[in-house]
Amino acid sequence: MSIRYAFKRSLPVMAGYLVLGMGFGILLEAKGYSAVWAFFMSVFIYAGSMQYVAVDLLAGGASLISAALMTLMVNARHLFYGISMIDRYKDMGKKKPYLVFALTDETYSLVCGGEVPQGVDQKKYFFWVSLMNQSYWIIGSTAGALIGSHLSFNTEGIDFSMTALFIVVFIEQWKGTKNHLSAVIGVAASVICLLLFGADGFLIPSMLAITAALTVLRKILDKKEEGEKKNG
Amino acid sequence: MDELHAGLMVAVIALVTLFLRSLPFLLFGGKRKTPVFITYLSNVLPYAIMGMLVVYCLRNTNFLAAPHGLPEVIACGAVALLHLWKRNTLLSIALGTVLYMFLVQAVF
Repeated sequence: MSIRYAFKRSLPVMAGYLVLGMGFGILLEAKGYSAVWAFFMSVFIYAGSMQYVAVDLLAGGASLISAALMTLMVNARHLFYGISMIDRYKDMGKKKPYLVFALTDETYSLVCGGEVPQGVDQKKYFFWVSLMNQSYWIIGSTAGALIGSHLSFNTEGIDFSMTALFIVVFIEQWKGTKNHLSAVIGVAASVICLLLFGADGFLIPSMLAITAALTVLRKILDKKEEGEKKNG
Repeated sequence: MDELHAGLMVAVIALVTLFLRSLPFLLFGGKRKTPVFITYLSNVLPYAIMGMLVVYCLRNTNFLAAPHGLPEVIACGAVALLHLWKRNTLLSIALGTVLYMFLVQAVF
């Protein structure tokens, strides 16, 4: 039941990861790294956009320091995922290290809601959806490096499936709450930072702006609560 | 690049990524009670993050040059409307993606 539910929820990610993984594998192979490299990178790094960046770093002969700094910049957003999953992943036991390791953008979008239907074990769902997603990514990237260059199907634009997934999750979250301030802050802060800092450098400023806005907002909310207590 | 350097680079990227993913759990996880502020953030962050991710996906869209982001705007609008109407995740994503591919390959 939990496995079936996890599989159903993971289907959009399956489509996206197989395709994006293949794209990564094809790129990597074109730069002279075989499917073995694609496989191990997807097993041990398992971070979609960073692996695309890694292809450039490998091909360009970057230093280890610049690779580390680049990873910090590109993957800093994962700090956010961890912060918002601390309580939900608290009692996961032996599965927890893997769940933390496998917390990608797409997996986060499937576990951040937390609610599961009756009869589904939430812990099992978290675990299986994480494992299935990584399997898709590994299969996609390895297959891409093996056979990708022989494909003739025009896949341009197929990566939009990830954008569509996030839009759908955004709408589901919007429908699931009465307070839309956080969602509005997330979009507004990101758009403003994108305009100010450009596509390559806007993520970290966005995260800082979102955290700052939510912090200020909390103080206002706390004051409101205190005021209500005084009046009541 | 020799294979050793490449292997080390993959290891460095993997370790830094793992570090970023596990840092919040190392700082605030474990048996201790989660600080109230972190619990507050964990409740409100998912909404903001999903908004940030949508912007992140569209970050390379150029609205100033042709086709002025039209494929993105049309496809995103279609996904949103379709999802508000049918509330079927797979349908929204599949049709939205096919529409976007059609737009960038055949129209614009």
